[in-house]
Amino acid sequence: MGERVVLGAPDVGRALRRMAHEIIEGNKGASGLVILGIPTRGVALAARLARLVSEVEGVDVPLGTLDITLYRDDLRRRPTRRMEPTRIPGDGIDDKVVVLVDDVLYSGRTVRAALDALGDIGRPRAVRLAVLVDRGHRDLPIRADHVGKNLPTSSSERVSVLLDEFDGTDEVRIAKEAR
Amino acid sequence: MHLPHLIGIEGLDREQITTLLDTAEEMSHVQERELKKLPALRGRTIVNMFFEDSTRTKMSFDLAAKRLSADTMAFSGKGSSTSKGESLRDTMLTVAAMGVDGFVIRHSASGAPKLAMDWTGLPVVNAGDGMHEHPTQALLDAFAMRRRLGNLEGRHVAIVGDLFHSRVVRSNLICLRELGADVTLVAPATLLPTGVRDWPGAAGVTVTDDLDAVLPHVDALMMLRVQRERMSGGFFPSEADYVAGWGLTRERLRRLPDHAVVAHPGPMNRGLEIAPEAADAARSLILDQVAAGVSVRMAVLFHVFAGEGSRS
Repeated sequence: MGERVVLGAPDVGRALRRMAHEIIEGNKGASGLVILGIPTRGVALAARLARLVSEVEGVDVPLGTLDITLYRDDLRRRPTRRMEPTRIPGDGIDDKVVVLVDDVLYSGRTVRAALDALGDIGRPRAVRLAVLVDRGHRDLPIRADHVGKNLPTSSSERVSVLLDEFDGTDEVRIAKEAR
Repeated sequence: MHLPHLIGIEGLDREQITTLLDTAEEMSHVQERELKKLPALRGRTIVNMFFEDSTRTKMSFDLAAKRLSADTMAFSGKGSSTSKGESLRDTMLTVAAMGVDGFVIRHSASGAPKLAMDWTGLPVVNAGDGMHEHPTQALLDAFAMRRRLGNLEGRHVAIVGDLFHSRVVRSNLICLRELGADVTLVAPATLLPTGVRDWPGAAGVTVTDDLDAVLPHVDALMMLRVQRERMSGGFFPSEADYVAGWGLTRERLRRLPDHAVVAHPGPMNRGLEIAPEAADAARSLILDQVAAGVSVRMAVLFHVFAGEGSRS
């Protein structure tokens, strides 16, 4: 099918460990951090990053999820989708440094929607973006702060992120076929 | 999942009902936030057409639409063109011509919401039509019960009282059966609609006039309002007789299983179909039902009006 693996399980593990260290370095520790995963695969990645940061810093990092279904800019162009949970940690996000986590950064529209959703929940001191794969082709002026792998792609290619929590294995694949 | 309309629970499958209830669950979390507003229906105009009085249902729909950022307008039968003799069809076509996106309709005639949808070609949510259906009430009842009892599969729900005048009971019956609950209908013979056993969802449903026999076996008891305004037909000898036979009294409350919950769609006749002790008990879902109403209606409006296929 013209599909190739660009990251295997050890690569994914190393990338996440590096990203966790970058997050700590950029924040000068874990204090004030809130890590929010964007459903679906961002939720699993966020949980892993929170665990890694906690291991290094020895403190629990508040972890939550942020659903963007109602903030999508293509809401009217498609049948409505199922809402996924939004769970904000008890202390909220006001004056915190929120790290948004997603699997793939592509057009940037998901992140734009996530920023709008965050704005309705509170006022973070700062928002950072962590993605496992940045495949380029942005439609909006958005960039990631922490990237597992920069993956130059053509827009006709398809990037799949497989995670142990959903798929039984960690892998990033790229396929030739158009969507 | 896109719903083109919500005329009734009839025709929805278990997966659609569950999706609506799950969406309502997420909507309920939004209501705990400081900023209780979502952008999903921004730029949509929904008209509440209430040809029959209903304060709470109208407020609940209005709040639900506003929480989703829709623009709302209210039409009420009284003092409007309807009272000047305009037909329902002309009224609907007139409002539709203003360029609105859809309707929430309450009407005393069964089938009015469906007709309005056919005439205007716009999506309609039924807020109660005659003795036909009241789908959002059934959904909010299921939502409130599910929250307290967990999955409704195999749970035993008894619906008690004025089944004759209630449109809630039809919707509830279909909804609960679709979710796998066992349903018993309890009513005096005079308040039992003829042909109730042929209703959609009625297969396998027990019908009885003996509330006391049912009490010890229920997980949920849904008390229906005695519609005094429609009680001119001598359906029972006296209110005292009704209480003795079918009221949820303090004594009956004690005979419910410990975990069982009590629901009532409101407004209540305290001391008639439900004793104050039952209405205010910890096992009472009555205020949960009101809160659930907003969440459930947000979920319905979202799935009917937000996606592709809704007019704009």
